[in-house]
This record gives sequence, structure tokens and C-alpha cells, in this order.
Amino acid sequence: MKLLGFFLLLLFPLYAGAQNFESLVRELPNGGYSERGEVISQILKSGDKRIVITLQALSDGALYASEETGDIFIGEKDDLVDFFTQENLDVTSDSSIKKIKVNNKLRRLIQTGIIQAQHFSPLVSDRMQAAEHAFKDADPERIEILQEALVQEQDESVTAELKQAINATILKTDADIEMKKQAILELSALGAKARSPLSVIADVPELSEAYEEALLIIKNKERVQKFGQNMWYGLSLGSVLLLAAIGLAITFGVMGVINMAHGEMIMIGAYTTYVVQEIIRNNAPALFEYSLFIAIPCAFVIAGLVGVVIERFVVRYLYGRPLETLLATWGVSLILQQLTRSIFGPNNREVGNPAWMSGSVEFIGINFTWSRVWILIFATVIFLSLMWFLNKTLFGTQIRAVTQNRSMAANMGISTGKVDALAFGLGAGIAGLAGVALSQIDNVSPNLGQGYIVDSFMVVVFGGAGSLWGTVFGALTLGVATKLFEPVVGAVMAKIIILVGIILFIQRKPRGLFAIRGRAAE
Amino acid sequence: MHNRSMKIFLAGLFVIAVVLPSINLAMSGQLMPNYFVGLLGKYICYALLAVSLDLVWGYCGILSLGHGAFFALGGYAMGMHLMREIGPRGVYGNPILPDFMVFLNWDKLPWFWLGFDHFWFAALMCLIVPGLLALIFGYFAFRSRVNGVYMSIITQAMTYALLLAFFRNEMGFGGNNGLTDFKDVLGFDLQSHTTRTALLILSAIALAAGLLISSAITNSKLGRVLVAVRDGEMRTRFLGYRVEHYKLFVFTVSAMMAGVAGALYTPQVGIINPGEFSTANSIEIVIWVALGGRGTLVGAAMGAILISLAKTLLTGWLPELWIFALGLIFILVTIFMPEGVLGKIKSSKGGLERLRNIFSDRSLS
Repeated sequence: MKLLGFFLLLLFPLYAGAQNFESLVRELPNGGYSERGEVISQILKSGDKRIVITLQALSDGALYASEETGDIFIGEKDDLVDFFTQENLDVTSDSSIKKIKVNNKLRRLIQTGIIQAQHFSPLVSDRMQAAEHAFKDADPERIEILQEALVQEQDESVTAELKQAINATILKTDADIEMKKQAILELSALGAKARSPLSVIADVPELSEAYEEALLIIKNKERVQKFGQNMWYGLSLGSVLLLAAIGLAITFGVMGVINMAHGEMIMIGAYTTYVVQEIIRNNAPALFEYSLFIAIPCAFVIAGLVGVVIERFVVRYLYGRPLETLLATWGVSLILQQLTRSIFGPNNREVGNPAWMSGSVEFIGINFTWSRVWILIFATVIFLSLMWFLNKTLFGTQIRAVTQNRSMAANMGISTGKVDALAFGLGAGIAGLAGVALSQIDNVSPNLGQGYIVDSFMVVVFGGAGSLWGTVFGALTLGVATKLFEPVVGAVMAKIIILVGIILFIQRKPRGLFAIRGRAAE
Repeated sequence: MHNRSMKIFLAGLFVIAVVLPSINLAMSGQLMPNYFVGLLGKYICYALLAVSLDLVWGYCGILSLGHGAFFALGGYAMGMHLMREIGPRGVYGNPILPDFMVFLNWDKLPWFWLGFDHFWFAALMCLIVPGLLALIFGYFAFRSRVNGVYMSIITQAMTYALLLAFFRNEMGFGGNNGLTDFKDVLGFDLQSHTTRTALLILSAIALAAGLLISSAITNSKLGRVLVAVRDGEMRTRFLGYRVEHYKLFVFTVSAMMAGVAGALYTPQVGIINPGEFSTANSIEIVIWVALGGRGTLVGAAMGAILISLAKTLLTGWLPELWIFALGLIFILVTIFMPEGVLGKIKSSKGGLERLRNIFSDRSLS
């Protein structure tokens, strides 16, 4: 009968359906509970988009009707809206407006009806939600609806979800053993997700063999999923390392300067984000969602300026003496850390995540945190822009010229001093950008930079100084390797293994993986 | 000149660290309070550490950021012996296991703790452990010609890896808290004035020995080759010297010296923990040497004592200011005084000219 109703409904033009729905709703207040039940059943068959909202409101006692005019209202008694026109009417004093009452029997009818309506809703998202819900509930009473829905379903992913929901439900019915075995087998393909529906049959002796088999399949699935998850964590760590190291790749790799204050440039970027957010919070809270976009240029400029100052007042005197730059910039790093501590205090500062940065999404069994996804994208964008900048712009070409042969570059009319300062500023500015990103996933404290300095140097040395591609490769390799070791030996041991690995690796390739060959290397 | 500054320094050291403490002991501690004796001992250990770094950096051009690790390893080896000497006097009263092992529910001593109940074994380990690490590490690094900045970075990585390792409880070195609560050494109470004075005098002897050994090495023909390696590694290699052998020798000797400094440091300070492996510590040693004067040995020792003294005074007086001051020392010394205080004095002649040079010659080359 239901099936027939649904087919008939499909034949009706949409307009007729809507017309039908509205007159049905107007009929709701009339008669007793049994007549109301009849109307509800008809509403359910009307196929209108508003079914779920209407019936849910009815079930919650939020649907009202005027005895005089027959108008229908929705909402709370003192805040009613006309059901059809959505007009906000002040009808609080109108005593003729009464709640449309329902009893428990009607409520049950509505609940199953709503589920059904969702299954047959024209919207894919509704149907998907209903199927997911059915999978979780695995309510044996719903099985017929599910089977009907499956016959109707056109969308592939909803069909798959429905099939699994039916499988999960079958295990709870008294269907025959063979059918259940088939269901178990199909469910096991889901991996970890199948554990809870399968737990129902854990103690059924006839199914124990199939159950064990399914568990084995699930375990293998989980292993693959876990591997995928770890790969993602590794990729994400790699992008963080890349962000932290890419500025260093310019100052160390391209200019040959050991900048131990590099970590503090990251810290400055993070604190800039904090200050920008504070200003926004106090003056224009509405802009908070965009705070990071405002912080990005600010961090680049501020960290870049600090970098230029460091170059002009310290590093400039030490070109050609890399070990001395190491010491001097370490001094700078101490001063910057202490300065931050004096200004902002030694404790962590709270940097908020905008909504689009929070939460996570699941895809093929892997959990992706949005902040990590954005950081990966951010790192990629920065890397590509830097590549473009160094290879395609005049200033980038000048940087490379000065790196390769300083005196020749000077002879060609390049102001090497200016290029040095700006290149150092560029490296520092990029570290500042990294700080904006890292403020989203790390504690913003004066020690923020210290945590990255050893790792960043490892990345650059491993990838090969002077090669940006080497830095990318180094960062991703180290990130993925760390995260693959971590579940096996623990976080600290994984890090130790990586460090020892790099030390051994440098023995083989003292100039890194993508070493510059030829004269420029000396 | 070299010998003269050495003589002056050794004489000064003898007076401050041997004669005065002995008189003080005779006067039952009226001249110097107990903590001051300990402090002096600590500075002298740092001085020995600085000398060991100067030997590799000043004379051979290897900027090691791993000397903090060698120092800490020596300290841990001695600390392990001192832990064993506590015996049943620990909080848990276990005669064999140190307190932290009882706390972690270990039922027997790990194999690498065996033998540390004998003082001479532990003393030998203070030399062997850092020496062996330096030998193996240096063998691979120098053989594959890792030098300059890269050497600094991988020694830093080594130190960092050890820091992480020693922080782990499972390693069996007391984790985060390190080794502490020492009672006595060779039966002498560590808190007593006599023991402290004796340790101070021992440290002074060790420093003098370190200076004399380093000076003997650097003044020998081998020392000349080391300087040649520092100033032109390729050229020295092309002249037929096996550069890596020379480097390995001096690196290992230096690491052992740092280990001795650590071994003397632990009983005087009363604690050794993973913090000694931190990156900052290893870099601070470099600035001691840089301030005093690279390649002067005595200068390095003086630099260590000066900066440590300033640190003690300033951190007590204006704690925030100390970090700024240290940062400034790093910057100013590297830019304006690359040869350090003693190097500056040595390279100039008469008094007035010497002063003028300090202020005019900014050596920005």
C-alpha cells in the first residue's frame, strides 16, 4: 500500500503535490486523534519538502491552529509564525488559537513517518543521513522501510550505506543463518566501523566462525586505515616542518648564513597573530573569522623587518664566517626570547581558531583535521610562490646571482648589500608566516621557536642546502618517517631514531640529498 | 707570551683554588662560606670544559656543539657511582637499586649499571664513555669529510638526541629528575667542608693538567698540523697529511677532557640531569671560549670563569637582565672581538696602543 502511494506520488506534478500538502495541513486540527492520524499518513505520502519540519513541530507540540480562521501557526505560544506565509504575527492575545494536540500513538506514527520521509526525501543529504542513522540504530522494525528505500535509491553512496544498514539490521532479526553470514561478510568490508553492529552476534554459537573471520578482515582493514592515518599525520608534520624550514632554506641554503634566531622569527609571527586577534577581539569582533588573513601580511612584514634589522646590524659583518653567524644570531635569539618574555610574560598566550580552521572531516576512513589541511595548503602555496619569486622575478634572480658569485654580481651593478638585507628579510618574513600557521596548532610562548630550530636545521641539511626542492623532500620524508616510527616505538624514540638516521645519512652524503654540485658548492 | 700567560694563570689558580681554600679549611671556614667553595669548584669545571672545546675549535676549527653532551656523559658516569654509594640510605632503603628504579618498579639493576659500585671503574667510564662516543662519531664524521657548519649541526643533533634519550624513564638514568641525593664519595661526606675543599683542589689540578696537556699537544708538531687543518684543510690534505686522523685524535682527547670536567662537576653541584644536554648549554660553552680568546687555552678558561661569575651575580641581582647581557656578549664578541680578550691583548703591544686598538680596530673583515 505504502509502495503504491509512493508510486502514485511520483506521477503527480509537483504543484499538485504542494497544493495537496497545504490543504492536508489545514485539515490537521479537525476531528479526533484517529482522523488526525489519517491526515498525518496522507501528509507523509504527499512528498513535500516540508514534511519533516511540519510533523516534527506537531510531535513537539509546536503547531497551533486558529479555531476561527483555520490558520495554522508554528512556534512557541508567545512567538508564533504563520505556517504558510512565514509572517510574524502578534497573536498572543488571540484566545481562539489552540495547540494541535497529539497522543503517544500519533507521536510514534510521526517518528516512523519522519524516518520514512527522510528515506524517500528528494534530497540526497537527507537520505544519506537517514541511512547512516539506520546503520547506527539497526532497528529491526525499520527493515521493511530500508528495503523499500533500497529499491528506490538511485544515488550510489546512499545505496551502499543502505545496504550496510540492512546488513546491520538483519543481524538483529531472526533471519536465517546463511543470510546473516552473508551480512557479516559484507559488513566486515567496512573495517573499524563494523565493530559495533557485529558485537550483537559475538555470543551466537552458530555464527562464531563467520564472526571470527569478519574480525580478521576488520583487523586487516584497520591496519590499512591506520597506515593511511599515520601517512596523513606524517604528511601534516612534514608540512609543518616545511613551513618552519623554508625560511631557513633561504638564509642558510641560499645565503650560507646560520640563523639561530630563525625560530624566534617564527615566534614573532605567532605573537603577531596573537596581537592581531586581541585587537580584533576588542574593536571588531565580527572580523574574527578573517583574523588570520589580516595576521598573514602583518606577520610577514614584522618578522621581515626584524630580519632586515638583524642583517644590517649583525649578520652583515659576518659574511663568510658561518660559525660566527651561528654565535651572533644565537645571541639575537636569546635577546628576542627574553624581550618577548618581558613584554608578554612567560606563559602561553591564547590564540583562537576561526571556525573554518576547527573540526575535522572523515574521508576513506582517515580523520583529517581542518587546521592541518589548511596548513598543508598554506605550506604548498608559500613554497610555490617562493619558487616563482626566486626563479622568475628580477629580485629573485639577483639573490641567486649574489649567492653564486658576489663580486661578479657587484660588477654587474647589483647592490649586494641591499640584496643581502632583503633576502635575509625574506627568509625571516617567511618564518613569520610559518608562525601564523603554527600559532593554530602549537602553544604560543617565548619558547615556541626553540622547539623548531633543531628540526628545521635537520630538514635543510637532510634535503641539501641551497635546494628548495631538497627542503620539501627533506621535510616530507622526515615528517612521514617520524609518524611511521611513532606508533611502533613511541614519540621520543621515533625522534631519536630520526636524528641518529640523519647523522648517519650525513656520513654518506655530507652535503645533503639534493646537493649543489660544481663550483657554487664551495 | 703564551707560556707567560699560562704561568700567570696557573699561579693565580694555585692561589685561589688551592692556597686560599686550604687556609680557609684551617680557619674552619671563616674566610669562604661553604657554598662559595662549591661555586668556585663549579667554575673551574666549566673552565676545564672550555679548555677542551678550545682544543678542538681554537686549534682545529671544529666547532663542536656536542661538548655539553660529553660533559654530561662524564657527569652521569660519576653520578651513577654516587647513586650506588647511597646504598640502603635512600628513601626506599633498597641496598642495590637507586630510588628512582624502586619507584619505577624495576626488580634488578640494568646491565649498564653493573660495575659502577667501584669508584675506579666509574672514574674510568668518565673517560671512556665520552671518549668512545667521540671516537665513533668522529670516525664517521671526519672520514666522510663532514666539516664546518655541518659538523656543528650534526653534533647538535647528537646532543639533542641524547637529551631526548636521557629524558626517558625507560633509559634507566632517572629520566627527568636525573641523578641526585648523593651522600658521599669514597666514604667522605659530600656536604662536609673538607670534602668540598678537596674536590675544589682536585678540580684545580684537573684544570691545570688539562691546560698543560692541551698546551703540550698544541705546541708539538701534531699541534702545528692541527692549526694547518684549521686554516686550510684541503691544502693540508694535499700536502699528504691524513687530516681525519689528526681531527679524530684531538676530538677524542677533547671529549675525554670534557668528561672529566663533568665527573668533577656532579659531586660538587649535587645533581646531574638531562638539562645538561640542552642545546643552549653547548652553545654557551662556545661563547666562553670566544670571549676569552679562541686558540689561547688560558683565555678559554678565563672566559668560562668570567661569564659564569657574571651569570651568578646577575641572575641573583637582575635575573631578566642576564639573558640580555648574555645575548649581547654573543653579538658583540663575534662582531667586535673575534679573537677574544686574550687574543686582543696578545696581538697588540704597548699599553696605550693596546687600548687604542681595542677601540679602533673593529676587524670587520
